[in-house]
Amino acid sequence: MELRNLFLKANNELEYSGNRIRSRKVTCKKCQKEVSVAKIRKNNFVCPNCGHYFTVRARRRILMLTDKRSFVELCREYESKNVLGFPEYDSKLQAAKEKSRENEGVICGEATIGGHSCCIFAMDANFMMGSMGAIVGEKITNLFEYATEKSLPVIGITVSGGARMQEGMISLMQMSKVSAAVKRHSNNGNLYIALLTNPTTGGVNASFAMLGDITLAEPDARIGFAGPRVIEKTLNRALPKGFQKAERVLECGFIDAIVPRDQQKAYLEKILKIHNC
Amino acid sequence: MKDYDIVLGARGENRPTAVDYINGIVNDFMEFHGDRYFGDDGAVIAGVGFLKDMPITVIGIEKGKNTEDRIAHNFGSAHPEGYRKALRLMKQAEKFHRPVLCFVDTAGAFCGVDAEERGQGRAIAENLYEMSDLKTPILSIVIGEGGSGGALALSHSDKIWMLEDAYFSVVSPESCANILWKSTEKADVVADALFLTSEKLYKLGLIDKICKKDDITGLGEDIYSELKKLCATDEETLVEQRYQKFRNIGY
Repeated sequence: MELRNLFLKANNELEYSGNRIRSRKVTCKKCQKEVSVAKIRKNNFVCPNCGHYFTVRARRRILMLTDKRSFVELCREYESKNVLGFPEYDSKLQAAKEKSRENEGVICGEATIGGHSCCIFAMDANFMMGSMGAIVGEKITNLFEYATEKSLPVIGITVSGGARMQEGMISLMQMSKVSAAVKRHSNNGNLYIALLTNPTTGGVNASFAMLGDITLAEPDARIGFAGPRVIEKTLNRALPKGFQKAERVLECGFIDAIVPRDQQKAYLEKILKIHNC
Repeated sequence: MKDYDIVLGARGENRPTAVDYINGIVNDFMEFHGDRYFGDDGAVIAGVGFLKDMPITVIGIEKGKNTEDRIAHNFGSAHPEGYRKALRLMKQAEKFHRPVLCFVDTAGAFCGVDAEERGQGRAIAENLYEMSDLKTPILSIVIGEGGSGGALALSHSDKIWMLEDAYFSVVSPESCANILWKSTEKADVVADALFLTSEKLYKLGLIDKICKKDDITGLGEDIYSELKKLCATDEETLVEQRYQKFRNIGY
């Protein structure tokens, strides 16, 4: 392990951004207007014009929700391998590492939120769409076991397209592995809060995303098991408006509350306080 | 035989389905219906019966025999209430100290608007969650198709067996090829890479036994001795071993 990793705190890297990026503008996907990156950042990565939620990197997400300089990362060095020799997987892993600047699709660690100690994991959409392979499963399982041992609550921020098909059944069975660890954590009387972000689908939806004591979601996030295009193709008709959107999933009874980004930290802090964490 | 041929064979219409195994192995089978929340799912048949002298709970995903039958069983694709019925009967088995036997044969959990809105993801998740801690033995056998999460939802077991000509996969080779190369033509290439046959999964240590096909009586004997062994294990050890079984999957 590199020495610098031992001392790495999330915000060293996160709070840094060169002037080149600050002065850049991007076009919002929803309102098609040009907005400066600096403004989006200041507004919690929500478009100041139309309220569209931009994707947030895992590390930034943790920084937004935890106390300054409190995050200590666990299992940072874990990396995926192409154990099945799946075609094009090596190059995809390489590209994902470059795009996300992370070793894997999930970041795990310990932190405080408003002074309350907790374990936290955040998945990263930039790493192969947050797909779950053996390492993602292993890191999250480790975190739950660590939290069980230390009697700490877990906060999980999910974003995922599902199991990572390049690792075949090893990926699929991570659903079982993590779910079992969540159960043990729960059996020991510990709290698990899941915060579902856009999109939380497939194998992640059908395992730890849906197993929280308290399940929160971001506005407008897609939350479902099967992909919308697959369903449309199977049924051969258009899907109802708002289908699989957080607001609809809440109506169906699967989410406790939808929490806007600017209120998430305070909301989590209150839940932790109520549970005496 | 190529791996993709095994996939096609596992989908074949003339192979034995869950009812054949239940009728062939379980005496005095009584089917129990309903999930107690919403309805009764035809894709999942479940109930109790005797395996020789041993009372067991048996759950199977059934594809059906002819067109009418297949429609009644929704072609073996369960809605959330199917998984909830299965879980309800597993909990019942735990209460009355009966082992659970699952026959898995599904292309996948049903994907549709209703299934989604009644919580397909939550239903599968809950099965994995509760089965990990169920204080009675569970044995799952993939008898045909092991289609992704829908098959996994009945496979969080002490032992997972597969028929030699069955498959178990994270994704169907066609969808996988479609996602990777925008065409289903290379499904056969992808089938090799997905490691979905019983032989490959056994080598990876993900399943515990490969069963001979066309020998339902022999299979019944094997199941009986395995369940006897598992029933002789004390609850705590059983649950711990099940936890470690899945805990060790990775590299």
